[in-house]
Amino acid sequence: MRKTKRRQTARPREWRRKADAASDKGPGARRPEKAMNPETAAKPNPIEQFELVRLWEHEINGVEVSFTNASLYMLLAALGVVLLMVFATSRKALTPGRGQAAAEMLYEFVAGMVRQIAGEEGMRFFPFVFSLFAFVLIANLIGLFPYTFSVTSQIIVTFGFAVFVMAIVVAYGFYRNGFGFLKLFVPHGVPALVLVVLIPIEIISFLSRPISLSVRLFANMLAGHITLAVFGGFVALLLGAGAWAALAPVPLLAITALYALELLVACLQAFVFSVLTCVYLNDAIHPGH
Amino acid sequence: MASELQLVGAGLAAIGTGAAAIGVGIIFGNFVNGALRNPSAAAGQFTNAIIGAALAEGLGIFAFLIAILLYLK
Repeated sequence: MRKTKRRQTARPREWRRKADAASDKGPGARRPEKAMNPETAAKPNPIEQFELVRLWEHEINGVEVSFTNASLYMLLAALGVVLLMVFATSRKALTPGRGQAAAEMLYEFVAGMVRQIAGEEGMRFFPFVFSLFAFVLIANLIGLFPYTFSVTSQIIVTFGFAVFVMAIVVAYGFYRNGFGFLKLFVPHGVPALVLVVLIPIEIISFLSRPISLSVRLFANMLAGHITLAVFGGFVALLLGAGAWAALAPVPLLAITALYALELLVACLQAFVFSVLTCVYLNDAIHPGH
Repeated sequence: MASELQLVGAGLAAIGTGAAAIGVGIIFGNFVNGALRNPSAAAGQFTNAIIGAALAEGLGIFAFLIAILLYLK
């Protein structure tokens, strides 16, 4: 809560005035007293890690285009994917080395997934799905290093991906099937009376897909990182509490276990994101099912 | 002042995440159950299990979203 205040001060003047006026009423009004309380101020803040920091401030015609730490880590993730693939395919060998084997496994894994879910025709989307999977995976894994920033824990990043996926689904669905794409909303073999209820439900479920797709990844990463930070805060609090410091290794061990879980979640969520992308692409290719 | 009621509402909405956890547990429990009966068919159904778990989890995430919206409002 305090961090939003700090963020606003860096904005252009007219924005700041609007933000200050808005924070006079509403929940913003009770924040200062919280900050003055020394007990709450001394506690480690588990959501501080998601703060956007401007590394290079810039503005074009009043639209902010600053280079933030999120941009930096997105660039790093993209670079990581490119470097992994370039390095892995630089020395092609019949018996693959370590890097080549990793790249081939990744390729086979995603290709098998696309073929199984979206069919042979879905393979034209393979480069897209592979880029998405590799980027999300690398971004998740980079975010697990201490003191780094997790790009996928920002809702706008995942929402951007999800809207892009759904835009492709809708565009390709209409391009391939014409208005036959709308059959997606009409399950066949259902009595006409039930359709009256079912069609609105199908439309709502289709419209909520970008939200659920983006929030799933975002919420998983956010919750995981907050949990790690909260347990880290337990260690710090116990170490500072005299004799209770003897208990400090307990949350420390819990962090190790949670970290293993987060490693699993990071890979699983990248997988789930691309699996659902394939499922939605399959809807665009075969809308009658 | 609606803020206390907001917090109560956020807590109630968070129950939904626990319900989604039960759903995901049922899906994977049944997947393992079936996989032990017929291990040769398990590999082909793993993706389906993941999709089902993701959809069940999605509903829990909606509950989480409502809780967050109520909490931060």
